[in-house]
Amino acid sequence: MTTTSTLYKYQKLKIEPKSRKRFIRFFGFFLLLAAGLLPLSLVEANDFESALKDLGNKSRSKIKIAVKLLGDMGNPAALPALEALRNKRLQISEGGALIILDESGDQGHDALSGKQVDLNSLELRKPRINNSVRRVLSVAIGKLQLTSDDSDVRLAAAKELLKRPSSGLVVLVENALAKESDDEVREIFLLVLAKEGLNSDDKKKRLQSLKTIKEIGNNDFKTDLEALLGKDEKGEFLEKDPTIRKSASQAISSIERRQFFINQAANLFYGLSLGSILLLAALGLAITFGLMGVINMAHGEMLMIGAYSTFVVQNLFKEYLPGFFDWYLVAAIPIAFTVSAIIGIILERSVIRHLYGRPLETLLATWGISLILIQSVRLVFGVQNVEVANPYYLAGGVEVMNGVVLPYSRIAIIIFVVFVVISVWTLLQKTSLGLQVRAVTQNRGMASCMGISTHKVDMYTFGLGSGVAGLGGLALSQIGNVGPELGQLYIVDSFMVVVLGGVGKIAGTVVGALGLGFVNKFLEPIAGAVLGKIIVLVLIIALIQKRPQGLFALKGRMADN
Amino acid sequence: MIKKIATLHSLKGWLIAFGLLGIAMVLLPLLNIFVPEESVLHVPDYMFSLLGKYLCYALVALAVDLIWGYTGILSLGHGVFFSMGGYAMGMYLMRSIGKEGVYKNDLPDFMVFLDWKELPWYWYGFDYFAFTLLVILILPGLFAFTFGYFAFKSRIKGVYFAIITQAMTYALMLLFFRNETGFGGNNGLTDFKRILGYSLQEPSTKMSLYIITIIVLFLSYVLSRYVVQSKLGRVLTAIRDAESRVMFSGYNTLHYKLFVWTLSAFLCGIAGALYVPQVGIINPSEMQPSNSIEMAIWVAVGGRGTLSGALVGAGLVNGAKSWFTVAAPDYWLYFLGTLFIVLTLFFPKGLVGVFSRFSSKDKARGPS
Repeated sequence: MTTTSTLYKYQKLKIEPKSRKRFIRFFGFFLLLAAGLLPLSLVEANDFESALKDLGNKSRSKIKIAVKLLGDMGNPAALPALEALRNKRLQISEGGALIILDESGDQGHDALSGKQVDLNSLELRKPRINNSVRRVLSVAIGKLQLTSDDSDVRLAAAKELLKRPSSGLVVLVENALAKESDDEVREIFLLVLAKEGLNSDDKKKRLQSLKTIKEIGNNDFKTDLEALLGKDEKGEFLEKDPTIRKSASQAISSIERRQFFINQAANLFYGLSLGSILLLAALGLAITFGLMGVINMAHGEMLMIGAYSTFVVQNLFKEYLPGFFDWYLVAAIPIAFTVSAIIGIILERSVIRHLYGRPLETLLATWGISLILIQSVRLVFGVQNVEVANPYYLAGGVEVMNGVVLPYSRIAIIIFVVFVVISVWTLLQKTSLGLQVRAVTQNRGMASCMGISTHKVDMYTFGLGSGVAGLGGLALSQIGNVGPELGQLYIVDSFMVVVLGGVGKIAGTVVGALGLGFVNKFLEPIAGAVLGKIIVLVLIIALIQKRPQGLFALKGRMADN
Repeated sequence: MIKKIATLHSLKGWLIAFGLLGIAMVLLPLLNIFVPEESVLHVPDYMFSLLGKYLCYALVALAVDLIWGYTGILSLGHGVFFSMGGYAMGMYLMRSIGKEGVYKNDLPDFMVFLDWKELPWYWYGFDYFAFTLLVILILPGLFAFTFGYFAFKSRIKGVYFAIITQAMTYALMLLFFRNETGFGGNNGLTDFKRILGYSLQEPSTKMSLYIITIIVLFLSYVLSRYVVQSKLGRVLTAIRDAESRVMFSGYNTLHYKLFVWTLSAFLCGIAGALYVPQVGIINPSEMQPSNSIEMAIWVAVGGRGTLSGALVGAGLVNGAKSWFTVAAPDYWLYFLGTLFIVLTLFFPKGLVGVFSRFSSKDKARGPS
C-alpha cells in the first residue's frame, strides 16, 4: 500500500512541458551514473516515470536498461511493477500504459496512476523478457528491497544478492549495512561485501573478506575459496600471495567444520521427523499385532483412509465453511480417527475374527482386504494423487541455520505424535479398557476366565489400532502425496518397526521407530537414500538373527505350543 | 529307480498326467501347424508364449507349495528367486544382442545410455550360455541356502519369517531399481533378440521354449512328488503340523527346512529363467512384495499340500488375471482380494478340498 501512495506523490510532481522531457531525462541519467543515488528530485521523478514506461518497450535491451535504471534509483515505488514483470503479471496496453494484474488475473490497475482499469476494453500484450532480463530484474528488485522497511523483505533481498555477482552494488550494500539494525540481515550484508572483497585488488581488503567468510561463511563460498587454492597446468598456484592462500584454506576448513555440525543437526531433526512418522504408522500395528498376534496387511490402507478422510474434510470446508478453511485440519483429527476405526472394526468383525490362531491365513486375508480397499479408493477418488493443502499455520518453515529449513508441518507432526503416544499410553495404562486390553494381550484364556469379554476387547483394540493409523494418515497428508498406494509405501517400514521394537509395549515401538528414523537419515548422506534403506533392512534382518524372540517379546500365547 | 518313480502315482494318476502332457506337447503344436488359421481349432502363435508364461507360474506355484503347503513356511519373498533366475537369463540375452542395440555398441543399451565405458565384473561370463545356465541353477539356491540357514537357525517362523522374506524382496527391489546397480534400473532388461542364435521372434523358437518349459515342469513335478512322498516329505509334513514334536523326536528340523527351502528356490529360479525369454522382459517390479504374495494365492486356490492343486491354481488365477485385465481391469483387484478372503475363510483347502468333499476316497490328503 505504501508503495502505491509514494507513486501518487511523484505523479503530482509531474508538471514540466513535454519539450524539456528529453533533455531532463538525459541529464538525470548522467547525474544518476555519477552519484549512484540522488536525493529525490523533480528530475528523477520524471526520469523514474519514463524508465518505468520503458518496461513496456518492445526492445529487450531497452527493457534491460530500464530495469537496471530503476534498480539503481533505489526508489521502492518501482517494486510492484518490477515484481509484476517477474511474475508475468505485467501487461502493456496499446497506448503503452503498464497494467499490473492482480493474483487472480481478473483485475488490473495502471502501474503509474494506480487506477483500476477495465481489462476487457484493452488490447493487452505481454512484455518480451528472457533470462538475461530476468537476471537483471532479480538484482534490481533485490536492490530496491534492500531499502525496504520490512526486515523480512531486506533479508530475502540480501540473500538474493548473495546468490549472484553483484559488483557495482557495493556502495548500496555498504549504505544499507550502516543503517541495518537486524543482526541476521547484517550478517548477510557482510557476506555480500566479503564476496565482493575477495576480488578486490587491495590485499588488506581481501584478507578481511576471508576473515569474515571464515567466521560466518557457508558452503556457497567453498567454490570461490577453492578457486583461490587452484593451480594452473604448470603446477603453480593461481593465487600468488601465500598469506591469502593460507587464510583461504583456513576459511574452508572452518566452513566445513561448521557445515558438518549443521548437517548433523539437520540429520537429527529429519531422523526425528521420519521416526515420528514411522511411529504413527506403526503404533496401531503394534497394538493389534501385540493383542492378536496377527499381521494386519491392510494396516497401510488404514493410513490411506485417514489421509483421504482429511482430504474429504478439507473439501467440505472449502465448500461450506471457506471462512474457517485453515482449521479443517483440526476438525479432521477426530474424523480421520473415527472413519479408520470404524472400518477397522468392520474388518475385525467380518473377517479377522474368524481367523484367530491362524496367523498366516490372516496375513493373506488382510492382504486381500487391502487390495479391495485400494481399488475402492481408486474408483471413488481416481488413480491420481489428490491434493491436500497445508493450512497457513503449517505452510513454510523456520530456517534455523543456513541451509537447514525445518518445515512447520514436520515440527507439528512431531508434536502431534507426542500427543498421540501420550493419549494411547494413558488409554492403555489408566483406563479399565486399557487394563482389559493388557490382560487379553498377556493371557487370553485367563482374561476370559476372569470375565473379560475378549471379543469386545479385540474389537475395541482393533478399532483403536486402526484409528491411530488413521491419525498417521492425517499427518502424512501434510508432508507427502495422498494417493491410493500411500499405505503400501509405509507397510514394510511399519512391519520393520514392529519387528524391531517388539509388541505390546509402546516404549518398544517408540524406540524402534525413532531408531529406524535416525539410522535411515544418518545413512542417507553416506550411502544415498535407496542404499541407506537397503542397509537398514539388511541390518534389521541381521539383528533378528541375533535376537529373534527377545525383540518380539513373545510370551505365553504366541510361543510355539 | 524307475520302479520307485512309477509308484509315485496310481495308474490312473499317471494316465491323466501323460494325457495332459500329450495334449500340451503334441496336440496343441499340431493344431498350430496343420490346422488352417481360419479354423476354430487353430491355436495361434501367441498362445504358446502365453501358455509358456502360465507354465512358468505353475512351476513357481509348485515351488511355493513345497515350502508352504508341505512344510508350513510361508515365504513372501519367492519373487526374489524368480527374478534371480530371470535376471541371469536376461543378462545372457542382453549379451547376445551384440551390436544390434539402438546404440550399435557392444555394451547393453542402458549402459551406453548411462555412459558406462566397460562391462561391470558381474556381467562377465554371461556371454556364454553354459555359464548362465550354471548361475541359474546355483545362484537362487545358494542365496536361499544362506538366507535360510540364518533364518531357520534363529528359529524364525510363522509370520515373522513371512515378513522377513518380504523385507528381503523389498530391499532387493529397491536395489535393482537403482541404475547404479547395473541391471538396467527401472526398465530392467528387455529388447532381446535371440537365444542360442535362434531369433526370439520366430514362432518355432517360441514353441521350442514352450516345449522345454513343459518338460522342465513335468520333471520338476515328478521330483517334487518324489520328495514329498519320501520319508523326508513326511518329516516335512510333520514339521508343518507340530515342529516342536518333530524336534523332540530327535530330528534336526533345520536340515529338513533348509533342504526344502533351497529346493524351492532352485525351482523358482529355473521358472524365472524360462519366463524371461518367453515374456521378453525382466524388471525389478517382479520383486514387488505384492507379486510374491500373489504366488501364495495360486497355491491356496488349488489347495495347499497337493502338488497338482498348485499347478491348477496357478493356471486358474493367471487365466482369470489375463481375462480380467482385458475385460474389466477395474475389477481385477476386487476379484483377487475377494479370492484371498473367501479362500482363507471358507476354503482353506482350496479347489482340491472342494472336490475331495464329494469323493470320500481322496480326502486323506491335504493339511488339516
